Amino acid sequence: MIRAENIFKSFGTQNILEDISLTFKAGQTNLIIGRSGAGKTVLLKILVGLYPPTKGKVWYNDVDFTSLDKKSIRDIRMQVGMLFQGTALFDSMTVEENIRFPMDMFTNQTAKEKIDRVNFCLERVDLTGVLDKYPSQLSGGMQKRVGIARAIVLKPKYLFCDEPNSGLDPKTSMVIDQLIHEITIENNITTIINTHDMNSVMEIGDNIALLHNGQLAWEGSNDQVLTSNNKVLQDFVFASPFLQKVRDLHA
Amino acid sequence: MNIKFIEHFGKFLIWMKQVFSKPEKMSMYWRETMRQMNDIGIGSLIIVVLISTFMGAVMAVQISYQLGGQFIPRYYVGYLVRDITIIELAPTITCLVLAGKVGSNMAAEIGGMRQKEHIDAMEIMGVNTSAFLVMPKILAAVLVVPVLVSLAAIVSILGAYLAAVPTGLFTSAEYIEGIRVFLEPWNVFIMYVKAVVFGFILASISCYQGYFVKGGSIELGRASTAAVVMSNIAILIADYLIAVLLTS
Repeated sequence: MIRAENIFKSFGTQNILEDISLTFKAGQTNLIIGRSGAGKTVLLKILVGLYPPTKGKVWYNDVDFTSLDKKSIRDIRMQVGMLFQGTALFDSMTVEENIRFPMDMFTNQTAKEKIDRVNFCLERVDLTGVLDKYPSQLSGGMQKRVGIARAIVLKPKYLFCDEPNSGLDPKTSMVIDQLIHEITIENNITTIINTHDMNSVMEIGDNIALLHNGQLAWEGSNDQVLTSNNKVLQDFVFASPFLQKVRDLHA
Repeated sequence: MNIKFIEHFGKFLIWMKQVFSKPEKMSMYWRETMRQMNDIGIGSLIIVVLISTFMGAVMAVQISYQLGGQFIPRYYVGYLVRDITIIELAPTITCLVLAGKVGSNMAAEIGGMRQKEHIDAMEIMGVNTSAFLVMPKILAAVLVVPVLVSLAAIVSILGAYLAAVPTGLFTSAEYIEGIRVFLEPWNVFIMYVKAVVFGFILASISCYQGYFVKGGSIELGRASTAAVVMSNIAILIADYLIAVLLTS
């Protein structure tokens, strides 16, 4: 479980986040949604410790993550996996080396154990025959899968995904969403996803937080999205004329 | 000296503490150091040999020109070429060139990793990126630059020979006599001190510029340029300080 407690963040005079308090539960797919510039990525980076909050605390279970020293932060990060918007796969390494990197760095496993784990992770994300390929030789969807495989290779307790569907076609987006959702449930991971993809919201959003202008505008589950009267949520969900027509027809 | 420089210098010193903290896994750092040594050493061989050859050749021709017609033995040309090469030109010119070639490459590589979120990805894995990305580069530079400087010194002395002996500026015997007389081992020591210090400067400043780059490709280009300019200035200042300290 991860808890954000009264998080404020500003860059210079610009306030990005104001008084955000959220709880992200284990075994659930927690979504942070909102328009571009709402502060989603900043919040995610605060949660993983890449940015310090101006005010407020982040708790990993009972540990105050924001007050830890660098070594303790690194210890917690060993339990964290992250899928980046641009995948952040290392260009100079093959797929195998990319996925193996965290194991090479932090474990004393044998070469066979490592390659077995790499193969397991690749099979789990439905990707085979790419061990020797470089990231540039893969499609966007395949790169995302490799990114997920790398994120789960050390069996993390916490999984962060920043815009996992960006740049993907709708079909591949759904596959990636389902994959993340399944892995979350299988391993009882606390998963936090930044997205503005409405399909993700409706399909896998166990717990959804809507940010608007740096503030928490709404919180609930995917079941409550369509029935909520929250104006900001409605504007966000039914932003497209097509969905507005669907809503009107449905009404 | 403005306030910005002091701010950067303080940040650099604090960052150095992180860079030289205990490695997570020695084997990974060792592998990376070997890769960097190969990149810096083998990758710079041609440029170092080329520059050193011409450096020695020009020195021989110009010293001969300046001493010509004076009552100074001609073997002095060899002696002067050797000492100027060892004390000053081999370490300084080689490292100024390496700052341009290796330093800009280091800044661009690390800056590119910063922009493509590779550094963030490593940080989230729990890697001390300051140490993992920078320490091997600095160690590699400190180990390889003295070797390159030694090579530059040898090639420069050979370059002087090749430029001047066949053209009749002095004889082979005169030149060989010149490079063998009045040899001060202390001068060789100065050359290695310079090589180690300059190697550290060019790698650490370049990595600093790349590691803290912000923005897009324009900023990355600026960081790469700043890496070269700042390294060159720091090398020249260090050159003066070492000269004062070790020759007075």
